[in-house]
Amino acid sequence: MSWETIIGLETHVQLRTRSKMFCGCSTAFGAPPNTQVCPVCLGLPGALPAANGAAIGLAVRGALALGCTVHPRSIFARKNYFYPDLPKGYQISQFDQPLATDGTLSFVAPERGIVTATIVRLHIEEDAGKSIHDRFARGTGIDLNRSGVPLIEIVGGPDLRSPAEARAYLLTLKQLLEYIGISDCDMEKGSLRVDANVSVRRAGETALSTRTEVKNINSFAFVEKALTVERDRQIALVESGGSVTQQTLLYDSKENAVRPQRSKEESHDYRYFPEPDLPPLVLTLEFVAEQQSELPELPAAKRDRFVATYALSREHAVVVTSSRAVADYYENVVRAGAEPQAAANWVMTEGLADAKDHQEQLRVAPGALAQIIALVKGGTLSHQAAKKVFGEVAAKGGEPRNIAESLGLIQVADTNVVAAWVTDVLGAHPTEVARYKKGEVKLLPFFVGKVMRLSNGKADPKLTQRVLEEKLSA
Amino acid sequence: MSDAKAVADRLVKAKRLNALLTPPKDLRKSLLAQATAARPTGVLYGMPVAVKDNICTLEFTTTCGSRILEGYQSPYEATAITKLKAAGALIAGKTNCDEFAMGSSTEYSVYGRVLHPLDRTRVPGGSSGGSAALVAAGAVPAALGSETGGSVRQPAAFCGVVGIKPTYGRVSRCGLVAFGSSLDQIGVFGRSVHDAARVLSVISGRDPRDATCEDRDPLRLPTVPESLQGFVIGLPKEYFPPELDPVVRRACDRAIRMMKELGAAMREVSLPHTAYAVPTYYVIAPAEASSNLARYDGVRYGPRFDGNTDLRGLYRATRGEGFGPEVRRRILVGTYVLSAGYYDAYYRRAQQMRALIAQDFRNVFDRGVDLLFTPTVPSPAFKAGEKLADPIAMYMSDIFTVTANLAGLPAISVPIGRVKGLPIGGQLIGQAFLEDEMIEAAYALERVVPATDEA
Repeated sequence: MSWETIIGLETHVQLRTRSKMFCGCSTAFGAPPNTQVCPVCLGLPGALPAANGAAIGLAVRGALALGCTVHPRSIFARKNYFYPDLPKGYQISQFDQPLATDGTLSFVAPERGIVTATIVRLHIEEDAGKSIHDRFARGTGIDLNRSGVPLIEIVGGPDLRSPAEARAYLLTLKQLLEYIGISDCDMEKGSLRVDANVSVRRAGETALSTRTEVKNINSFAFVEKALTVERDRQIALVESGGSVTQQTLLYDSKENAVRPQRSKEESHDYRYFPEPDLPPLVLTLEFVAEQQSELPELPAAKRDRFVATYALSREHAVVVTSSRAVADYYENVVRAGAEPQAAANWVMTEGLADAKDHQEQLRVAPGALAQIIALVKGGTLSHQAAKKVFGEVAAKGGEPRNIAESLGLIQVADTNVVAAWVTDVLGAHPTEVARYKKGEVKLLPFFVGKVMRLSNGKADPKLTQRVLEEKLSA
Repeated sequence: MSDAKAVADRLVKAKRLNALLTPPKDLRKSLLAQATAARPTGVLYGMPVAVKDNICTLEFTTTCGSRILEGYQSPYEATAITKLKAAGALIAGKTNCDEFAMGSSTEYSVYGRVLHPLDRTRVPGGSSGGSAALVAAGAVPAALGSETGGSVRQPAAFCGVVGIKPTYGRVSRCGLVAFGSSLDQIGVFGRSVHDAARVLSVISGRDPRDATCEDRDPLRLPTVPESLQGFVIGLPKEYFPPELDPVVRRACDRAIRMMKELGAAMREVSLPHTAYAVPTYYVIAPAEASSNLARYDGVRYGPRFDGNTDLRGLYRATRGEGFGPEVRRRILVGTYVLSAGYYDAYYRRAQQMRALIAQDFRNVFDRGVDLLFTPTVPSPAFKAGEKLADPIAMYMSDIFTVTANLAGLPAISVPIGRVKGLPIGGQLIGQAFLEDEMIEAAYALERVVPATDEA
């Protein structure tokens, strides 16, 4: 019997603002506890919220980027529950009239190819503070620096069919939000958090079955693991004759297991009602249009354009547009005169590999990379030599041609010189020469490699091959 | 300096009323300091204004008459207080009130009840009873109170002083400890319409810290009119029911006659949804209160009771012991009406009814009526303890005042005479942000009605 997994993600994203959602306190990460607070975010008697226009703008941009309908009028609502790190005893959020609804997010799923997931809604809310349970022997510490930090919650539909798909969705969402610059999406700093609704059903069934909610997935690495654990738990449960109970589960990354949240913490009746301290959030057409104009080209559009304009394969376009920085870099390399496919190859291999080892810095200037590519194309540098030059330019900067010359890497296209290297190599490998002559022509690259090594990568590969063939057939 | 001393002396002399919560020593010290710092150019220079204890001040603690805020010192002050000080006024101590402004008699204060200045067996009204009593006793010319359902106008009527509730959004609520946020407004008591109005003018106007405060200039004071010629004053029949206390009716009739003599056109009108106002109010106000008072959990400020148990135990003990009976009752009611399964039946319906009540007023004003005149309260001040056992009876004393809060309209209570020595108040309800018209009519009414004579 085969099973289908149904997953929907609720993602909380911290908006990149200087100040909090309803007061002027700083949102900077890492300040000493309770130093970025005021009467409003402390929930002191008599303090009132005033909405942060910058945060609303960023939220609207997020909604537009996800193709949502942005509502001209939305309502802030109070979500009431008691917890020591929630200073007012309620969180200001949005409930039955959210900022935006009905969007989509297309992403490449590992098993199904391009999937378009629905975005049910996107709303604005404020963050709670942080409870610190492990710092003090007797009791819990509370840090309210995060209290009131602006968030958007993005509720995805039950459209994901595997843990790997959930991960791909989340990565695409993260990439999109980083692209448009509304969040740094750093899971480690808590600026991107995800809860997952998970259910399973037998293949062919169409109704949704009882779901559970998995919380406390604190890192990208855990998304797939946590969801796999929960999916397997549900399947085993149903196969052994049991049934899934609707509940909230916490993922424990150390044990790689889920455990039910203590019953006291769940089954809240949040008693939502419209926030009387804030008037309805009314957005003018002009405001929304302004946010639209602030949006850069989105990843999907950019991918399509790269396929159309630069004749890249879809796979290559995906890699080259993986972040705005890489995409911009690629286009600058092409603009500096590099052939688009060669530029893509260099960016995807040497460029990204070097960036990975150096804090995502693309260290070789676009013009320099274009020059390296031109040197290869013109036969001045072998590919191997060009990699050395790339490494050198990355580390120390400088003009690629000068570096190639100073390193003695300029390709040798003098037939006499190459012929001398070929003679040396053939003389040193009589066994292979004999085998070749008996018909083992696949040994040709072996000889080419030996010549390249002997010449320190300077031998012109095409010339080398021609000379080798001539000499071996003589 | 001598002024500050005299102010303090007058306040301390009124001590027997239990209207002032600030200890005399602190009061004297602060008044001297304030008098030294006050700007002589301010329009309220040297005027002492007592402040209800649910409005945050830097000079004095802010306890809301509650044990749960015992000794609470706010680190910031209300916008209204900042504006008063900028105008040269002296903050003349904090006044006793019903706990978190919930009550109509100022008997629900953890600091004990406030006595009626004319009859100590009676209540001064509430919840701003301390402010009303101090003005009535002549200790201060004006005082701040707060309104959610009549908490300024009702005690003003009981004590025989002027009480104004401005339009919702006229005065910043920043620093007013929230009870029912969509209803709350800071209001003003005065010995006279002029004293109350000029304080209101100073505290009114925009405030970026309160998103519900309208972006308007401060209220401009009207001049005292010669007559009421040109005014059309509506008399809503629902506010003069057959069972209205005859002494109240008698005082109202006299006031109506006098306004007519001043040239006003009196017209009977109807506000058909009036009967639903009190039940509507007692759903919406507790609902908002249940959320607004959630922050008092003993975690960050205020006393913490029985902190050695688990989290639930901390909440239960702190909130169970920190809040008095009326506050607990309203939190329970409010929690109930917002609960899943009951929200539609109570909170949503109450909001719908609130819209109908507001529409009633618009309909009347749209038909050429400028102002409405009604009794402020259905009866004179009642005896202390009389309504404590019967919350509904207590709630019914708000019957003529809650409508203005539900509709967000300005209203003023003016003394219109006494019956057997007890003051009776007449109420004028104005159109939104037309306080100036309402105050103009109140000036005229005040001028012709002998406030302290038997009606």
